[in-house]
Amino acid sequence: MQTSSGGSVGRSIARVDGVAKVTGAARYLDDLDLSGVQHGITVRSTIAHGTFDGLDLDPAFDWTQVTVVTADTIGWGQGFAAGGFGANYIAMLDTDQPALVPSGGRIKHVDEPLALIAAPTRALALSARAHARPRQTALPAVLTVDDALRADIKLYQDDNVFKRFLIRKGHSDDDELEIAMAGAARIIEGRYETGAQEQMYIEPQAMAAWPEPGVMRIAGSMQCPYYVHKAMKVVLGCDADQVAVTQTVTGGGFGGKEEYPSMLAAHCVMLAAAIGGPVKMVYDRDEDIAATTKRHPARVHHRLGLRSDGSIAAIDVDVIMDGGAYLTLSPVVLSRGVLHAAGPYRCDVVRVRGRAVATNHPPHGAFRGFGAPQTTFAYERQIDKAARARGEAPWVYRDRHALRAGDTTATGQLLAASVGTDEIIAVIRDAAGPAPARDGTNRHGAPVKRGRGYAFYFHGAGFTGSGEQRLAGRATVLTRAGGRFEVLASSADMGQGSITIFTQIAADALGVPPTHVRVPDPATDAVPDSGPTVASRTCMVVGGLVERAARTLRARIEAWAAAAGVPGDLVAQAAAMIKAGTEAGAAGAAAQAAAEIDPHHGAIAETVQYEPPPGIHWDDTTYTGQAYPCYGWAGCLVDVEVDLDTREVALTRCVHAVDVGKAINPVIVQGQIEGGTVQALGWALLENIVYKDGKVANANMTNCIVPTFADVPDLETIIVECPYPFGPSGAKGVGEIPMDGPAAAVANALEDALGVGFDRLPVLPEDIARALRGGGS
Amino acid sequence: MTGYLRPATLADAVAAHAAHPDWMVLAGGTDLMVNANHRSAPPGIVDLCGCAELRGIVRDADTIRIAAGTTWLDIIGHEWVVAQVPILAAAAGEIGALQIQARGTIGGNIVTSSPVGDSLPVLLALDATLELASPRGRRDVPYRSFTTGYRTTVLAADELIAAITIPVPAAGTRLAWRKVGTRAAQSISKVMAAAAIHVEHGLISWARFGLGAVAERPIRAAAAEAAATGRPPDADTGRAVAVALADEIRPITDVRSAADYRLEVAQSLLMRFVINAGKLP
Repeated sequence: MQTSSGGSVGRSIARVDGVAKVTGAARYLDDLDLSGVQHGITVRSTIAHGTFDGLDLDPAFDWTQVTVVTADTIGWGQGFAAGGFGANYIAMLDTDQPALVPSGGRIKHVDEPLALIAAPTRALALSARAHARPRQTALPAVLTVDDALRADIKLYQDDNVFKRFLIRKGHSDDDELEIAMAGAARIIEGRYETGAQEQMYIEPQAMAAWPEPGVMRIAGSMQCPYYVHKAMKVVLGCDADQVAVTQTVTGGGFGGKEEYPSMLAAHCVMLAAAIGGPVKMVYDRDEDIAATTKRHPARVHHRLGLRSDGSIAAIDVDVIMDGGAYLTLSPVVLSRGVLHAAGPYRCDVVRVRGRAVATNHPPHGAFRGFGAPQTTFAYERQIDKAARARGEAPWVYRDRHALRAGDTTATGQLLAASVGTDEIIAVIRDAAGPAPARDGTNRHGAPVKRGRGYAFYFHGAGFTGSGEQRLAGRATVLTRAGGRFEVLASSADMGQGSITIFTQIAADALGVPPTHVRVPDPATDAVPDSGPTVASRTCMVVGGLVERAARTLRARIEAWAAAAGVPGDLVAQAAAMIKAGTEAGAAGAAAQAAAEIDPHHGAIAETVQYEPPPGIHWDDTTYTGQAYPCYGWAGCLVDVEVDLDTREVALTRCVHAVDVGKAINPVIVQGQIEGGTVQALGWALLENIVYKDGKVANANMTNCIVPTFADVPDLETIIVECPYPFGPSGAKGVGEIPMDGPAAAVANALEDALGVGFDRLPVLPEDIARALRGGGS
Repeated sequence: MTGYLRPATLADAVAAHAAHPDWMVLAGGTDLMVNANHRSAPPGIVDLCGCAELRGIVRDADTIRIAAGTTWLDIIGHEWVVAQVPILAAAAGEIGALQIQARGTIGGNIVTSSPVGDSLPVLLALDATLELASPRGRRDVPYRSFTTGYRTTVLAADELIAAITIPVPAAGTRLAWRKVGTRAAQSISKVMAAAAIHVEHGLISWARFGLGAVAERPIRAAAAEAAATGRPPDADTGRAVAVALADEIRPITDVRSAADYRLEVAQSLLMRFVINAGKLP
């Protein structure tokens, strides 16, 4: 068997979708030519809490030109086969979020969908919406987590708590924790707040649906085709084969297209069913910012008990996240938040409590990092304060107390292989160089203060606990006549490069050049469910499935070729095998080949399912055990320069080292690190979602600020590779970890520069001005 | 929208505008198109972008005359602007990105008259004069008298801005400008300040301070200017300027910034301009 020389894994082959994207040939949802498509738009609530009393249609408008759908015009409960629908909720973890609020129903946030309008042109749809007036009766709203916890107004069950977690390590009750804390020589205590953050993907939310005989087809911009599929089975009241979902070329997701596309899909199918033809909905930017999910705002109270030698005697963390109006994914976001909350530091006594609460904000949801950035900000501020209080160099202090192989995490997980602490500590130390001079002058002649900050952190790759086992993701590798290979997986490439790394992994496992491998767009009627494109799992978990399926397929073809005496490379052998298998009246080797042909695909296909690495134990009730199969490790150094005239912060340098196990494609990995770093730096210094009476007050790109290239510092990325034995070629996750730590490094650098602590994100120039006036941050 | 006119001469432009006073006058469109999705379409558009007379920069011994339809890109790269009034080139260079700079015009910026219009504090500091044209003829209006309130001006319904005339600063004039935005580029200003400070025999003989985003319109800081006049360009004078400024502006808190921050930064910028004026040769 001939193999391609050296393989492609570890090499930065060009993105397989790169040319199409650069030349504009890539067709996003809004580019698709859907014959006769109508434009759908949404009538939304304008109050944060209250009742929907019905929709008034202005008689001055000619309503015969458009189609109007409300929850009351839908035949709920009749089922798709009977021409009706299923149930009026978006199936995620709970059933509390309606696709449309019915009249007489409760409005729980501003910009909640109340009705839908479709028209042959978008202009007409907009004009119709201007003449549609929802009647609403306002009730007092819950707009802070403190109000939510008081539960005078009940939004979710009796206590407004969507989910609670409690992690205990090294103690059995609160008294024992307090005894451990009381024994500490010094207690570092802080309260940290982080704000909502908008994903600001380049392509706004976009979806289309059209009915075909016996099946509703859906296509759109999304991360998780099977999430949409599951939700539409419920909304339509149909079987799995009566709805098909295809991911179209997707212009960014960052978590923002994890759960919300199910809402758009529900709206599209309601309109498409009412019209009997295709409907598309493409949000404009302002609507997207106002109505769709953002990172959970969080408040973290953190106590760190230090022994006299600086080691950590006890950690106590209390996390509260604002889940918004519906449960959506908040329990899972909170889970990841609490599982990371104690940080990658040695400590035998740990308590972590977490609550996600209901408010009348639009639901907060998935965003790169998924709860971990919020708690990472808290613990890395705490660790920095500990080092500062002891007069120790911050990176040396971290080196001394960080987790290594043989240590246990807060959940009691024994860290074995693939712990990158030593390498991360070393590469950041070696790259650091001299700290910038404290005082100086900038190009405006303004005096400046400079400082340097560090952060060290970890991020669990893959689903939490036994999630991957429950999910049982599958992937297929196959070959058809013609000698090309295809990877079938439901992972969505939203710009992060997954189809390129799948191509590389499959090509190497098959021993063919990457040009012989194709990864078609995921469609639920064509690819197996590999799970959602989330949780830094695509490369490690799904890439692992692709590798195993490709290896198995190769072995089958080679075994057949050996038995049949077919020479040549795998491509030739596969072609011969398919030819033999499809010849009529076959005997001998040909008959054996025929038996191996997958009738569903008309190809030789190999599908594999996730199998957990040996020795995984996780207890969902006590939150103990192996929280994640493995962790990525990272360190970040940031230099800042504060203009004392304007209180503006210039980031002059950022070094970010990330242990990814194995960089399948180093340029793509570098892109992931750079992009995540910039998103984190923006969250630290610029990005400030302003809620006013429950509404996003800055829902436009003029005022909802994200970084431009002019805000990006001199950025050095260092890829560290501590291989994970059960990942493809040793690869772990990379998507989320770069988002976790840079914000804390920025705040730590600001404290170094100014001698004032900043414990709330974003740190705006206005906050710095207030702090320097003595008003605190 | 049904009407569209694209006059080729200033006379035709004036006539078209006078004939259709309710039509939108488009001089680049970078302000107007931002809100195109959020308001009803105008009955028509008078598009000035085809009018060659409205584009270009000319100079005589004492002034630089910029036709109102001149784009930021033309201004940024113009040697006379860069040499004589570099703060205008610098302000233009921070407007939007290249695409906006290639379309947006100085006249459009002036007519929109946003309190955060990027060139406006500079025009105040440079004491620019506007040349207005209508079927009734031409008139000159000093820019400092042009704005009357929040996005309101003395421009009559039948008038267009034909040109902006900027006096070449006298020898000994120090120019300064700084924009403080919501990020490093492509941002709306939180505070902007421009200054022309004339220093003679070690004393400030006069100063003009133009400020943006601290009031309902771009303003001159008269009390701060008075506080600087006749004093040396040093830190003490800078502090006096800052104190005077606190009594004459009342910035607001909005979605982009806070009142106390805006005041503090405006004070710091003027103080820095005064100090820097003393450091220059």
